[in-house]
Amino acid sequence: MDKNPHNTGIRQDLPPPKMHVGVAGWIRKNMLSSPTDVFLTVISVYILYKIVPPLANWAVLDAVFSGDVNHRNECREIAAGACWSVIVARFEQLLYGFYPVHLRWRVNLTFILLFVALIPLLYDQVRGRKYLLWFTLIYPIFAFFMLWGGLGLESVESSKFGGFLLTVLIGVTGIAVSLPLGIALSLGRQSSMPLVRLLSVCYIEFFRGVPLITLLFVASTLLNYFMPPGTYFDLLLRVIIMVILFAAAYIAEVVRGGLAAIPRGQFEAADALGLKYANCMRLIILPQALKISIPGIVNTFIGLYKDTTLVVIVGLLDPLGISGAALADSKWQGLSTELYMFIALGFFISCFAMSRYSLYLERKLDTGHKNQ
Amino acid sequence: MNNGNMTKTVVPSDDRDHSVAIEITNMHKWFGKFHVLKDINLTVERGERIVICGPSGSGKSTLIRCINRLEEHQRGDITVDGILLTDNIKNIAEIRREVGMVFQQFNLFPHLTVLENCTLAPIWVRKLPKDEADKIAMRYLERVRIPEQALKYPGQLSGGQQQRVAIARSLCMNPKIMLFDEPTSALDPEMIKEVLDVMIQLAKSGMTMLVVTHEMGFAKTVANRVIFMDEGEIIEENSPDEFFDNPRNKRTKLFLSQILSH
Repeated sequence: MDKNPHNTGIRQDLPPPKMHVGVAGWIRKNMLSSPTDVFLTVISVYILYKIVPPLANWAVLDAVFSGDVNHRNECREIAAGACWSVIVARFEQLLYGFYPVHLRWRVNLTFILLFVALIPLLYDQVRGRKYLLWFTLIYPIFAFFMLWGGLGLESVESSKFGGFLLTVLIGVTGIAVSLPLGIALSLGRQSSMPLVRLLSVCYIEFFRGVPLITLLFVASTLLNYFMPPGTYFDLLLRVIIMVILFAAAYIAEVVRGGLAAIPRGQFEAADALGLKYANCMRLIILPQALKISIPGIVNTFIGLYKDTTLVVIVGLLDPLGISGAALADSKWQGLSTELYMFIALGFFISCFAMSRYSLYLERKLDTGHKNQ
Repeated sequence: MNNGNMTKTVVPSDDRDHSVAIEITNMHKWFGKFHVLKDINLTVERGERIVICGPSGSGKSTLIRCINRLEEHQRGDITVDGILLTDNIKNIAEIRREVGMVFQQFNLFPHLTVLENCTLAPIWVRKLPKDEADKIAMRYLERVRIPEQALKYPGQLSGGQQQRVAIARSLCMNPKIMLFDEPTSALDPEMIKEVLDVMIQLAKSGMTMLVVTHEMGFAKTVANRVIFMDEGEIIEENSPDEFFDNPRNKRTKLFLSQILSH
């Protein structure tokens, strides 16, 4: 039987037709594969053509970047595009608000060390993670004294805080505290103890049912009525607490969705193995539920981060508040586009980073059990 | 079975009746108003292998799930390994340490590797150090013939392999009693044998087993007793030979004719 009845192995491997590989192949397959595709491609190219060149002209080619310019009219004399000089002039304020200039190194140091504290939380393969986690644990205390002073450091009042310092401070604290609080609330809502369940439900429904702005007003004015006369309670702290309480209610509901997706068999297997409630939740249920909830949790985080701009309502000077001050200055009047675009870029970078990290985490935690 | 280094953690008590593994007396259970288990009386000797069969909805799964308190019974007594099953959390925990369970849907933890599935309970419940738990887990994974899959995730295994991991996971807790709740019902036909082989091997090692199954071949080769349930009652209880060749009850005859007819 040395004769091959089907003649396999005789034909040589040929290269694929040119129109199916490379750039041409890709364009043909992805952009021009049907009349609808051609139409949509043309429309998209036209829209990009209308938007990108004028924007590039305004923002880069015809723009003034010089920090030596001190008035908007000087900008106009040089070029017709954006006058980024306003950003240069107000850059430090946009970052630090009115934090004393000679103490700004403390903010910088705190910010840089924030990443050191985050690394062991975000990546579990880091070398020396154990020691870094200890640092993460003491970081909040460290950051508190660095920013507000005390322990021999010159103290700074909250009212001096502003700009992106305020955004990052409220955002990061809010995120860090609302996650565990939200998880606890979602477990409370599932609890078999009626009183715990009732409290959790009341909390969640109340904070979800009230706008954040209302809560911030309560923080800035009403709260004083409930406290013993003479007690002073920092406004910024009150605002941070309200943001945390607000976000926790949302996190709780997102995590509840994740918990609801865990099959009952997982609880039963844990019970049958004799695991206690805390270990069952910590080792089996929550890792799975949180993984499912990642998109929703990050969604809430991004929402919280952007909502920090609402603090301008109660008189805190976040980047928008600072830009308001800059626009009120006769030298820079009317340059709102430049200021808002810069602030938007600042927010976009943070939120985009969170979004990318969550995608990375989802991929990393995928163990293929969806194929079951 | 080599369990020399694990028996230390089990506190022996001399006042327990050592020949009886499980004793159920006058046990009743309701789901809401629905009376699922009616006056169940069952004594399981140590080392006995009991197969429970019956039509679906007859309460057989519920019965074995009452033994480790996955379901709560409302009347009567269940005594497992000398411990009376009550609402006392400590009693329940103690019983669950001694009773392993294998589920129809495997219920492996999908976010953990096969090895981690096996070591989780020994580490957190029996408080074994990790390397010892690893050693025990590998020994049982070898016994169920899949040591090479130890570092994979359950989602990467076939159904038969997953169920063998589930058996190994239970055995790692060194249980005295094993409950099987339709362990082969969710498997493709060609995978049933590999799971049954592991169960037969386990039976030969002297494990006390309660198995809810429709695998009558398994019942014939392994069981000491076959129990037939219908509508929440134990209808017939007999040796496998008598049960299959000479069923006494009308309903048993009907059931056997239905499952053995093809």
